[in-house]
Amino acid sequence: MSLGYHIVVCAGIVPDPLQTLEPVETATGPGLKNEMMLPAVLDPWAAHALYEAANLAAKCAGSKVWLVSLAPKAKLQQVMMTVAQKASFDLVALDASGGGFTDAHAVAEVLANAIQKINGLDRQRLLLFGGWESASRGAGITLQLIGERLGITDQFQGVDQLTVQADDSFEILERIEGGRHQVSACNGAPAMLGWATGNLPEPRNSPQIGMANMRTVMPALQKAEQAKLTADSLRYHNVRPPQQQRQTRVVKDVPPKEIAKEIVEWLGVEARG
Amino acid sequence: MSSAVPQTKNDVQRERMDVDIACVGFGPAMGGFLTTLSRKLVNEDGTPAFESSCVPGMPLQVICYERAEGLGFGVSGAVTRGRGIRGSFPGLDVKQIPMAAQVAREKLVYLLDPIGASPRSFSLRTIDRLIRLARPVIRARNHAIELPYIPRFMNKHDGFVLSLGQFNQWVAEQLTSSGLVQIWPGSPVSEPLIENHSVKGVRLGDQGTDLQGDPEAGFMAGMDIHAALTVIGDGPVGAVGRRIDEAFGFPNGNRHREWALGMKMVVELPPKTELEAGTVIHTIGFPEPEIFGFFYVHPEGLASLGVFIPSWIKTPVRTAYRYLQHFAMHPYLWRYLQGGTLKSWGAKSLQESGRHGEPFLTGDGYARIGEGSGSTNVLAGSGVDEAWTTGVQLAEAVIELLRNKMPFTRDNLQKTYARRRRSSWVDEEAEVAADSRNGFQRGFLRGMLGMALAGYSKGTMVFPRNAEDSNAGFSLEKAYERKIPAAELAMLKEKASTRGLPLHDLVMNRCGWPEIPYDGKLLVSQQDALLMGGGVQAPAGYANHVVFLRPEVCAKCEPKLCVEMCSGQAITRGETGVPVFDREKCVFCGACLWNCTAKIDGGLGNIDFRAGAGGLHSAMN
Repeated sequence: MSLGYHIVVCAGIVPDPLQTLEPVETATGPGLKNEMMLPAVLDPWAAHALYEAANLAAKCAGSKVWLVSLAPKAKLQQVMMTVAQKASFDLVALDASGGGFTDAHAVAEVLANAIQKINGLDRQRLLLFGGWESASRGAGITLQLIGERLGITDQFQGVDQLTVQADDSFEILERIEGGRHQVSACNGAPAMLGWATGNLPEPRNSPQIGMANMRTVMPALQKAEQAKLTADSLRYHNVRPPQQQRQTRVVKDVPPKEIAKEIVEWLGVEARG
Repeated sequence: MSSAVPQTKNDVQRERMDVDIACVGFGPAMGGFLTTLSRKLVNEDGTPAFESSCVPGMPLQVICYERAEGLGFGVSGAVTRGRGIRGSFPGLDVKQIPMAAQVAREKLVYLLDPIGASPRSFSLRTIDRLIRLARPVIRARNHAIELPYIPRFMNKHDGFVLSLGQFNQWVAEQLTSSGLVQIWPGSPVSEPLIENHSVKGVRLGDQGTDLQGDPEAGFMAGMDIHAALTVIGDGPVGAVGRRIDEAFGFPNGNRHREWALGMKMVVELPPKTELEAGTVIHTIGFPEPEIFGFFYVHPEGLASLGVFIPSWIKTPVRTAYRYLQHFAMHPYLWRYLQGGTLKSWGAKSLQESGRHGEPFLTGDGYARIGEGSGSTNVLAGSGVDEAWTTGVQLAEAVIELLRNKMPFTRDNLQKTYARRRRSSWVDEEAEVAADSRNGFQRGFLRGMLGMALAGYSKGTMVFPRNAEDSNAGFSLEKAYERKIPAAELAMLKEKASTRGLPLHDLVMNRCGWPEIPYDGKLLVSQQDALLMGGGVQAPAGYANHVVFLRPEVCAKCEPKLCVEMCSGQAITRGETGVPVFDREKCVFCGACLWNCTAKIDGGLGNIDFRAGAGGLHSAMN
């Protein structure tokens, strides 16, 4: 049995998915209107990775979890008050714009550098976790780039399950088309896993876990350094939120069948369009 | 795993955690308390000023539990003089607080009824006619008259406009970064722990339950948090405050006799708005005479507007949302709002009994602060700053007791906290306001007269002397006897009942209120407002927090004010007559609690509003 894993979860924060987002042009490039006023949450995809990391760490004695997050410090602090109740971790905080319109290469460089600086991190036992997708403006390549910078060649995406075998090797289920999974095997750590939703429910809020985490979360936030993100090679030609339409119509005395028929027709037009 | 699930919540073993001070609810009162307290928890040399009594060797352990999933999900139509807040932040530049602006201009406006549907007395209709006749002389434009004078007891000329959500976030950010106190959102507190007439702490809500509160897979019993002092600031409908009320009663015959539902929207004004940030407009007269309204302009082209539906309105089909839309469409306001976009929306109950609703402020092991402690001043129309100040006063008292190594007994808290409160401007002004709104029970004009008398005489003259219970004597037939024939009203009731609809829309249509012309941006359906205004989330694994205690009583109840008044349309008429609750639409306004007209054991209403998780997700309200 291994000595346990050193699991580093890369997780950004995003505006609460219940919010309506509106892109605007700012002095430093594209941004979201009133972004600092919007409530934020841990990126839901990365949150699954964190829950899986906590679960794995609990099962494998000697394991430890770090949460590495690049976000505006003030917003990250708010999010941590909720997240810190759900899983035990040490926070590595990097203060940077939360706009999301950053260059994935620059973000990967900053995050990889921060991971390399983690005291006591054993790279041979390293599992790099993150979200397969992002709920907000994700480039879809950041995690792979971090893995490459850290020299991790065993990379898996769309992961729903990680099973540690008796010989410390991994069996990994990755999502593929048609709602099916591809079963992969690898020798074990180090590896990079971009999580889909996994199979775990969101952990309950635990006051004790929260209090224990706070001993490291607040100092980490206080010493969070401003991350320098270079984006010289990146230009945005056009920014807009995903298409969404709200068409509210009040109807009276219409049978459900008719309503269903109309919705199906509407969906057909949308799909063709 | 399922075999480990307890059969009922009574079977569970609860874990225990000890802290020094447990706080319930994070709003302006708790902000004031924690801000003041945290500044005294460290000596100048950086060492802890007080040692924890429950974790020896550690600094004082102060934990605050907040039900909502964020610390900025509060709702208020807030313009405040900010005397207490400025006291805590000397030299405060309000621009530091997102969405805050110094009051630049303030108006009190009487809104005429441009539709002809607003229920107005003969006297008021006469006054309205006179105003319209004298329009050229008195500059009544846009169906409104700007009053030339704002009574000194109401004006906020030296204050500032706030978004309570943003203010709470701003305060919480400073508190949590200090590391001296902990504030945990997403942590509903179900009840106080009471032993031998003493509060010993609080019990957190159970997680991993079905809607009835029974354990399911993943059950986690709410932990018992033991504390030497429990600070209760969970607002007017908070579960802990109300359990304390039930356990200890009210002093001197006090009771919660007046409430209001405040509902607001935050609007992005059209791009070329002429309104200056800090513009404050108070309104009276429309959509009903007794409904007070507000319109405040924030920086960056945002504005808040809202209405207060008071419990004294004798209309058993109270509705806030549609009234809010008619209010927005009043020509006086619509000229500013037309072309705007809804950014946020919210609602809350206001405990408007003032001193008459004040509970015991202290007891062995506990103290009450904020709106739930009766701090809202209904004459000044101010609650945030008063709540903040009560928190400050309690913190000063706690520091005094800690320094003198005195326990948090009722006597000690009375001598320190209650004494401070009694000798402060909060209490002095609460005395003046105590009976200032009695007149509204008897009509708008008498209400305004009563307010003026109380305000100008500093409370020495009140009219009338006594107030009735707000929910007494409701009758649908009586309320509409002059507008809707009894037979037709019966048909409307039947129609609403058959279709499971609230009655208020049908009655309002019949009374001449026009349908709202939805534009998909600002004028949207109530359900769209829930989505566009921030969204409501109801995390799985928690019990329903609205409970109909005796369904057979609900089945026979008419009119069902809980359905009519529900801000999120979360309570609907069930097939059997018993209302149905959908927690995924509940914004935790608590209006169902005080609008329940049924009386069951001990004179309590038939609806229990318990601790719950989730609610509205907007930090702009």
